Amino acid sequence: MFVNIVSYGLHYLKFLKKNKSKTTNNMSIRELIKEAISSQEQSTVTVLSSLLAIEDKLHYIPKEAIEETAEVCNVSINDVWSVASFYTNFRFTPPGEKILDICWGPSCHLLGSQAVMHSAIENLELKEEGESKDKKFTLRYNTCLGACAQGPCIAINHKVIGFQNPKKIKKIINELRGK
Amino acid sequence: MSSNYQQLKTNAIEKWDNLLSSKPWVRVGGGVSGQAAGAEDIFDEIKKSDLIDQLDFNVSLVGSLGLMYLEPIVDITTPDGLRIFYSNVSSKSILQIIEKHLNSDTPIFDKSAFAYTGDSPAVKNINLPEFYSLDIMKLQKRLVTKNFGNIDPSDIDQYIANGGYEALDKAVNLNTPEEIVNQVKNSGLRGRGGAAFPTGVKWSFLAPAQSDSKYVLCNCEEGDPGAFNDKGILESDPNTLIEGLIINGYATNSTKGYVFIRHGHEHPINATKSAISQAYERGLLGKNILGSEFSFDMEVAFTGDSYVAGEETALMEAIEGKRSTPRFKPPFPAASGLWKKPTNINNVKTLSYVPSIITNGSDWFKNVGTESTSGTALVCLSGHINRPGLYEVEMGMTINDVIYKIGGGGLNNQKIKVLQAGGPLNGLLGKPAFETRIDFDEMTKAGASIGSGGIIVGNDKTDVVDLLRNLIAFNQFESCGKCFPCRLGNTHMLEILDRMCEKKAEPKDLKLIEKIGNSMKVGSLCGHGQLGYNPISSAMRYFKEDIDDCLDGNYELSGPYKDGKMLRPTRTRPD
Repeated sequence: MFVNIVSYGLHYLKFLKKNKSKTTNNMSIRELIKEAISSQEQSTVTVLSSLLAIEDKLHYIPKEAIEETAEVCNVSINDVWSVASFYTNFRFTPPGEKILDICWGPSCHLLGSQAVMHSAIENLELKEEGESKDKKFTLRYNTCLGACAQGPCIAINHKVIGFQNPKKIKKIINELRGK
Repeated sequence: MSSNYQQLKTNAIEKWDNLLSSKPWVRVGGGVSGQAAGAEDIFDEIKKSDLIDQLDFNVSLVGSLGLMYLEPIVDITTPDGLRIFYSNVSSKSILQIIEKHLNSDTPIFDKSAFAYTGDSPAVKNINLPEFYSLDIMKLQKRLVTKNFGNIDPSDIDQYIANGGYEALDKAVNLNTPEEIVNQVKNSGLRGRGGAAFPTGVKWSFLAPAQSDSKYVLCNCEEGDPGAFNDKGILESDPNTLIEGLIINGYATNSTKGYVFIRHGHEHPINATKSAISQAYERGLLGKNILGSEFSFDMEVAFTGDSYVAGEETALMEAIEGKRSTPRFKPPFPAASGLWKKPTNINNVKTLSYVPSIITNGSDWFKNVGTESTSGTALVCLSGHINRPGLYEVEMGMTINDVIYKIGGGGLNNQKIKVLQAGGPLNGLLGKPAFETRIDFDEMTKAGASIGSGGIIVGNDKTDVVDLLRNLIAFNQFESCGKCFPCRLGNTHMLEILDRMCEKKAEPKDLKLIEKIGNSMKVGSLCGHGQLGYNPISSAMRYFKEDIDDCLDGNYELSGPYKDGKMLRPTRTRPD
């Protein structure tokens, strides 16, 4: 029985420790979120603007962000979800280290973006857009990056690079992976 | 001229003259297209080199000149007034170019130099064409884009030194709001966002509305692939727009203005934000603008990625922080708009014409362009074209002239088969339509629109059905989902186009797609559904044979496809 109590106690301590670290993690995430919401420059603070500010800071929208936004903007959690799920730039899990956007708009399409996309998914061992297995990359298909004159375009962490082809993107991916 | 403005202008001109005459000035053409071509790496390379101290020159990252096929463009102005443009510069060659140019009594020009401006004794010995007499500049009429690439967008004084905010001073200190509205009305300015509604008339709806707060919004959502002129204005010369928006606010007795930009487009966002805060510092925004009774505030508002947010009522929903879905009209925005207050919405291009109309008078503007459409058109050429870029041409120029004389014809002398004009909700144009003059009414007759200003060029190898599938895939992905004819219609049309590309189509599909398209036209709230069938209907008009070829199930799609399948995002996000 004594052994049982001890082992139970040890388990309980482990449980506390585990959950403590979880709560502190949660706390820090909540603090980051609160900071992101409160440090918005513009005077018009809305659900959308708060979510965008959080995304800028964390690069994704954790569950806590939905709760905090609902509280600050005085709306229901459902209202916040409806906005967060509508705009295609929001995501709910952390992205990879590098976000790789490939444009599939008609200009880039005519100039060969499908071949660039095929090369990218092949080299990242993906079937469609999403995270690579090593979590180093997030691949996204973007509707237009705004540099149509230099197509086909890609963007790495929002920095646009033009004149792509399957070989160039393979080289870029390999270089980024090496670092 | 009010004393407040007089002082601003004197200071700005002094600063500008000093900039030009004290040291050599190196301008690197930036913006998003410059970034894509590598301009920012070049700018960083110059910034961190020892040459700045050795040769003692200033360096600025300016906007794009619009000649994007020559980017990255770097130009060097020396105190003697000579300005030399270098094209397709790289971060490897740039330091050598600057050193050769500045490090001797007579400058040695790199072979990438393509033009000069300015009058200097040295000009006589230059074996280069004059910049403004290059065909590509001569054929343009640059009203909105006149400052592009010439001034640093992050410095409001450079804008003021070049005549900026003179129109605002004239408006708030010498004119009544009614006079401004009438001037805009008489100028014949029509909205550049796509609907081509007369701007002055729109303003006159808002002016008499009584409310404690009234809003004027500027729409720079510009989600159209192939269009980069609105963002171009904001990143190269944001003050033109800000001045136009303040005048819009004055003419309609409004209290606040919003510039609405898609989140993530850092260049236009940063340029606009810094221009707004500098305008506040100089008393051009805020209380009692330039010593007048008029007070006005302005800020930047963001949307997430949503194409429909560019629709006027959806835009207001987005500023209010909700899902950007269109509202039912009436009530129209002038009666009940943003936060149910009276509101006006104008496109970036529309507002950017306003300062020059106020300065030069409405008759001057009326004489530019055609009878039904005054002014200029900002066209963005991309795709299989020799000289892609952002050009401003007088209304009434034919499409042929734009793509052959300005655009230089097909890439590597390829023949041009198809044009996609005015964004994915507008049509494809075939050869017979190339004679169309650029003008709101004539373009609509031809089945397209200048709306967003994008012209995407496809060569003779372009697969029309494949291009159509790309456009409809965009429309399907971007449908906000509020009206089912648009949400389901686009999905069904895309399925049919997929069948065509995957050798599974049947002749009856043609009837079906027509039926769906017509239902979308009548059953949707906003342009996204109403115009969503345009690409297909115009393709039926100009490329009937190409479409018929796909209907027997034997069509071999060219391109890097596996079983004709196209890679594209779906509405379900990876999670």
